[in-house]
Amino acid sequence: MNMLRNATLAAVAALALTSGQASAAGAEIKVTDYAFPFEGPFGQFDQMQLQRGLQVYTEICAACHGLQYLSFRNLGDEGGPHLPEDQVFAYAEFYEIFDQALFDGEGDFRPATPADKFPMSNLSNAPDLTLMAKARAGFSGPYGTGMAQLFQGMGGAEYIASLMTGYVEEPECALEGEPMDGYYNIAFAAGGFPDSCKGDHGEHLVPGSWIAMSPPLYGDDVTFEDGSSTELEAVAMDVAAFLMWTAEPKMMARKQAGLTGVIFLTLLSVLLYLTNKRLWAPYKNKKA
Amino acid sequence: MAGIPHDHYEPKSNGEKWLYSRLPIVGLLYDTLMLPTPRNLNWMWIWGIVLVFTLVLQIITGIVLVMHYVPHVDMAFASVEHIMRDVNGGHMIRYFHQNGASLFFVAVYAHIFRSLYYGSYKAPREVTWIIGMLMYLLMMGTAFMGYVLPWGQMSFHGTAVITGLFGAIPFIGEGVQTWLLGASAVGQPALNRFFSLHYLMPFILLGLTIVHIWAFHTTGNNNPTGVEVRRTSKEDAAKDTLPFWPYFVIKDLFALAIILAVFVAIVGFMPNYLGHPDNYIPANALATPAHIVPEWYFLPFYAILRAFTADVWVVQIVQFLSFGIIDAKFFGVLAMFGAIAVMALAPWLDTSSVRSGKYRPMFKWWFWLLVVDFFVLMWVGARPAESPYDMISLVASTYWFAYFLVILPVLGVIEKPLTPPATIEEDYNAHYAPQSDSAPVVNPAE
Amino acid sequence: MSQVEEHQGTRRDFLYYATAGAGVVVTGAAVWPLVNQMNPSADVLALASIRVDISAVDPGTQLTVLWQGKPVFIRARTEEEIAEANAVDLASLPDGLSQNANLDPTADASDANRALSEDGVWLVQMGICTHLGCVPLGQAGDFNGWFCPCHGSHYDTAGRIRRGPAPRNLDIPVASFVDETTIQLG
Repeated sequence: MNMLRNATLAAVAALALTSGQASAAGAEIKVTDYAFPFEGPFGQFDQMQLQRGLQVYTEICAACHGLQYLSFRNLGDEGGPHLPEDQVFAYAEFYEIFDQALFDGEGDFRPATPADKFPMSNLSNAPDLTLMAKARAGFSGPYGTGMAQLFQGMGGAEYIASLMTGYVEEPECALEGEPMDGYYNIAFAAGGFPDSCKGDHGEHLVPGSWIAMSPPLYGDDVTFEDGSSTELEAVAMDVAAFLMWTAEPKMMARKQAGLTGVIFLTLLSVLLYLTNKRLWAPYKNKKA
Repeated sequence: MAGIPHDHYEPKSNGEKWLYSRLPIVGLLYDTLMLPTPRNLNWMWIWGIVLVFTLVLQIITGIVLVMHYVPHVDMAFASVEHIMRDVNGGHMIRYFHQNGASLFFVAVYAHIFRSLYYGSYKAPREVTWIIGMLMYLLMMGTAFMGYVLPWGQMSFHGTAVITGLFGAIPFIGEGVQTWLLGASAVGQPALNRFFSLHYLMPFILLGLTIVHIWAFHTTGNNNPTGVEVRRTSKEDAAKDTLPFWPYFVIKDLFALAIILAVFVAIVGFMPNYLGHPDNYIPANALATPAHIVPEWYFLPFYAILRAFTADVWVVQIVQFLSFGIIDAKFFGVLAMFGAIAVMALAPWLDTSSVRSGKYRPMFKWWFWLLVVDFFVLMWVGARPAESPYDMISLVASTYWFAYFLVILPVLGVIEKPLTPPATIEEDYNAHYAPQSDSAPVVNPAE
Repeated sequence: MSQVEEHQGTRRDFLYYATAGAGVVVTGAAVWPLVNQMNPSADVLALASIRVDISAVDPGTQLTVLWQGKPVFIRARTEEEIAEANAVDLASLPDGLSQNANLDPTADASDANRALSEDGVWLVQMGICTHLGCVPLGQAGDFNGWFCPCHGSHYDTAGRIRRGPAPRNLDIPVASFVDETTIQLG
């Protein structure tokens, strides 16, 4: 027992040490902790939000970015956008895909069916978006501990929404040197960065970097049938939520399975505790 | 067998006798399950069963995943996504397997530090300890190769870095690395063979588990006092022990259920928390991730690997003395494997006459410093190799070696240990009133 | 005293049984996904049903589509072909059953039971000879229907076996009209 307690103390001490460190890599990007309905152990996808996000993807993102791991039939999945069957068929038909089986094995284009997958990206430098919300989940600090991810539910969706809204005026220091390619974005880490914005030790004086993608959303880019807000931030959150779903379509089933498992195992451990206590009772007369 | 004296299996019915004279398997299982176990084992003696459970969990989920996984550079990533999206329950099976690796290492580190504290490695349990260290190495190899299979960015570039360690070996390094990869770079041959080995090695682990258990069943379990079970007579032994079944099986299962509840919560609610997000980007040889960070369970040794850079004077002296054969890179590799090797040598480095750390006042401090050191190494291993992390990792790595090579041998000489209890029975009765002869005491209040 | 002990014993037994039962339930719940994962996955199931556009199929022509790796004949029959099929005496057929997956297995092989549409125009059947699995040729054979070149089985205009080694009429898969120009297979 004593050892277990000491081990816990040691772990806590080590953690305290970590979070007490001054930020060296922090403040590189600015990501806002948006509140999404799917956060937390009981969070769920909002069907209407996913449908709006699908609309934003279709009308804007799809021009360059693909969703190659997602199938059209998934749009009808329960827990996802849950489109009715005829709409799934109609949506799929918008896309043309290459089918090797057609034209006597030489292949030909045909309209997509629900069983087909979304196409790949059209541009070589536009990454596929299917898993983006999971691939960009690890930015969160502080100090590399991932505490923000653990306690505030910060993840890839926050990153995507922040990126969409992160286009701001170039900082003044950037105007001093050579003009930069691309667009200044406070949430983007991996882009170009001008020397004139670096400090004496190469540290960045302003957050973010320069991204090749032009601002995809300005606000009022789409019209939602359900009358939802089309302000920049709202649209950015909708598309971020949609991309969270494309990355983790089974999230709700997973949380449900997790909850059931925890309840069952807790019950089992209570029973085992009582059994163990009773089993040992003849040998453990606590000293009075 | 030189085990603790106890009642052995006696075949009773004719059927049992028939089988027993041909294959005494029931007797073997009986003696294994009814092993006299020190009755004073505390809650740090549960990790063995957690480890056995996790190994079985990993093997079963692994076999299932192989039914859907494709070990091909063009299809591996997509086949994992296929498992995550389309296979019935595949996302849960995959997340269990993925996080199962973390559970495995949590348990193995707790198990190892338990042994280090209570002196379980000391005579006569050196063989158990050495086999355990082999299993730990094998586990690390298995985990590393498993991490390659999803063929994400971290899989790919992590493989390049880790196989590059072997490239640091003087003269033959490059050849060894090429041999490991089957090519000059990471690609299809590497993926294919790592898949094969990742499937094979858990079964070797299973075999070693049996040998590990065999070894400590021969010597008997260690216990918090470090005092051996009396073997003078069956009666004496019975006063120190209780049979493994049901007393310790139920106790261990209770602990396992609690640990699994936490594990299932992690799998259900934050399955990607312990993984690196870059592994959700398909492998791309042309773009290296900003930081290559191994999974958390490799970090302490990864930190030791990186700690010894060319500007450390020890490295410079060694390089000079070895005529430049051992450069900083190779020194780092030696240090990393050396960190595990010194741990394996602990039975011969520890000179103390007392086994359990419970009765060693000075040892305790150094031991807990080692535990903190381990966490510090783990944290610093994930930080970029720059000031002040380089200094921290150097100090922490040095302490790791100093603990085994200097502190353990010296402490045995200068420390004045307390006197452990004479028997396990004495220790047990100090916590619980001596048992009355009538077995179950009826408590009228219940 | 003995009563107390008995009471104690029952309670202890109950606890042990409850624990063992809970353990079995948890284990069982963990085993089921391992079994279920071998059932067809969602992408396989998605291909179990396809939609075919038949707007371009004129009377007297046939569309062959691949469904679950097998050819399916979708034929728009002419008035003469329908009349020819209806004129056959059912008692003279080698296989008197409809072999139509949409109907009762005992349904007879009348043309109405073979055709998909009420008017008898649309005939949808697997393009696999019931003898040894070759693909029969259309508008061929002695009965103006299909003819299998492998071993000489003759099918009539309703896809019923009339002569040759094949034991059964051509199989009719599960099919239905989604709208006037779309047929769903499966």
